[in-house]
Amino acid sequence: MGVNLSVDLGKGLKLQNPVMTASGTFGYGYEYDDFIDVDSLGGIIVKGTTLKPREGNAYPRLAETPRGIINAVGLQNKGVDYFCDNINPKLKKYTKTQVLVNVSGSCVEDYVATAERINELDNIPAIELNISCPNVKEGGMGFGTSCESAANVVSAVRKVYKKHLMVKLTPNVTSIADIAKAVEGAGADSVSLINTLLGMAIDAERRRPVISTVTGGLSGPAVKPVALRMVWQVSKAVNIPVVGLGGICSATDAVEFLLAGASAIQIGTANFIDPTISVQVVNGIQEYLVRHKIDSVKELTGGLLL
Amino acid sequence: MLKRFTTDFTVKQIEAIEPDYILLTLKHPDNLPEINAGQFVEVKIPDTAGTFLRRPISVHYVDREANTITLLIRTVGNGTRMLGLLKQNDTLNLVYPLGNGFDCSKAGNRPLLIGGGVGVAPLLYLGHILKENGSDVNYLLGARSADGLLRMDAYKSIGNVAVTTEDGTAGTKGFVTDHEFLKSGVNQFTSMLVCGPTPMMKAISKVAKASGIPCYVSLENKMACGIGVCLCCVTDTKKGHKCVCSEGPVFDINDLKWE
Ligand SMILES: Cc1cc2nc3c(=O)[nH]c(=O)nc-3n(C[C@H](O)[C@H](O)[C@H](O)COP(=O)(O)OP(=O)(O)OC[C@H]3O[C@@H](n4cnc5c(N)ncnc54)[C@H](O)[C@@H]3O)c2cc1C
Ligand SMILES: Cc1cc2nc3c(=O)[nH]c(=O)nc-3n(C[C@H](O)[C@H](O)[C@H](O)COP(=O)(O)O)c2cc1C
Ligand code: FES
Repeated sequence: MGVNLSVDLGKGLKLQNPVMTASGTFGYGYEYDDFIDVDSLGGIIVKGTTLKPREGNAYPRLAETPRGIINAVGLQNKGVDYFCDNINPKLKKYTKTQVLVNVSGSCVEDYVATAERINELDNIPAIELNISCPNVKEGGMGFGTSCESAANVVSAVRKVYKKHLMVKLTPNVTSIADIAKAVEGAGADSVSLINTLLGMAIDAERRRPVISTVTGGLSGPAVKPVALRMVWQVSKAVNIPVVGLGGICSATDAVEFLLAGASAIQIGTANFIDPTISVQVVNGIQEYLVRHKIDSVKELTGGLLL
Repeated sequence: MLKRFTTDFTVKQIEAIEPDYILLTLKHPDNLPEINAGQFVEVKIPDTAGTFLRRPISVHYVDREANTITLLIRTVGNGTRMLGLLKQNDTLNLVYPLGNGFDCSKAGNRPLLIGGGVGVAPLLYLGHILKENGSDVNYLLGARSADGLLRMDAYKSIGNVAVTTEDGTAGTKGFVTDHEFLKSGVNQFTSMLVCGPTPMMKAISKVAKASGIPCYVSLENKMACGIGVCLCCVTDTKKGHKCVCSEGPVFDINDLKWE
């Protein structure tokens, strides 16, 4: 029996199913070609891209913590020009999955200039504006922690970016619903949440921090309850679609996010444990719909029974 | 790059080697794909409070007739200890084969394979391949003491084996760099292929630079994905940060920022 998995996030962003892969955890997609049919996913969000190349933070960048990891990669990437000239041509082979570019920056002008470049790429229907990276000193998460600066950067990018503008929110705030409302007001077409939670790991024997930056971003199943709560709060506060992520490791996890109010979901850290997990989640959501006799995945969004 | 897979293997044999090693032989459900010497696998570890990520382990040996991969593992923490609890016929999922491996075409006809501690692991299959290619394989293997020198018979079946121990319980007393092969005897070798603790590899790198002998080292950075997407495992090179999992683990010492 045919269930309908497709979702429409508005402003030209239609997904064949609600499963995307999270920025920084899926490379540029083609790294997974050996393991899965990447073109069968709803969308892939490529690594955070900045105006100029970035070397990222010093090693060590990784700590394993209970049911999660803390990373301090610091937006290492080769810059938007390299992306447009050398990487994007290799992404054109994906014709069914939507490729989104995660745009990061350290000042408003950089975000705007990067978004302008991506706007020229015909095969990219949307950007995910990352105003939430905890791993870069200047800017990054700073933009996403006050309503005013979040709205500022979103409206500046809105002026130059003509396609779907998704804004990725940080959980490291007092009220994420207020930030979501601010970016909606500034012209965002959707919001995605959560980015990593600021965390810390210590090696007691050596009396040293585990990662070079002392604090870093926590992700993985450990953050799932926090992420679910935030998706729930934000989906009640805004009228634009919400994309949920944070610790999703199974189709059941994904369905929980949809019920909490998400229209689509992203899989991040779980890709490291099982490179086929994204496709398994697509299949699992389909099974869930069949089992519950639901025709369309859209009916799950916000379908929590209270 | 060789095609990578995620496959459930069956534990064909698990053997404990004193004091704290295991030798794990894993059988592929049908035919093993191509695997290069010096490549590694990412082993799935049961998800517990203390273990979440896969663990990277070098390919110790490949038996194409039996379709098995053998791993030599030192049990140092929660993840490797859980591997020690595996039983015959258990299932173990691998993501493999990963990394670049050693470029055997650059080894020359008389390579010196140098290993320290569990760093000896990848050198068995490497020696096997080099010997098949017609090289005269020499090993220099170092350990803290005699009981840390593992699988000597296997290495001896491939080439000449020299050993050093820090406490002098076997072979030359001291570090591998105290052995005559890395002193006056160094010029007899066409290359040095190295895996071991970083201080050891740095000391060997100095010897190699001074003597002008090509030297390749296999690094062991902390990894999450193992396939070049998370950028957690980088090492600083003269060409910027490079992923040890996908652009390594084997590097030419001239590309590293080691002095
Ligand atoms: C490419 C590669 C190949 C490897 N090949 C082998 C191999 O053939 N046999 C083998 O026994 N081990 C090998 N290792 C090291 C192995 O991955 C680690 O020992 C293992 O991940 C430790 O897991 P654990 O849960 O037991 O220990 P943890 O609880 O994670 O750590 C225990 C202790 O080991 C240290 N440690 C953890 N990971 C590493 C690492 N990557 N390098 C150095 N120290 C570490 C930790 O700092 C800690 O002190 C390899 C590593 C890499 C990157
Ligand atoms: C290694 C690593 C790198 C990341 N890089 C980025 C990035 O470049 N841009 C971004 O917006 N988020 C980045 N993230 C955050 C993830 O996209 C995601 O928001 C977060 O990990 C929570 O989801 P998860 O628990 O499913 O991983 C990164 C996360 C990890 C673990
Ligand atoms: S471990 Fe993820 S890039 Fe190397």
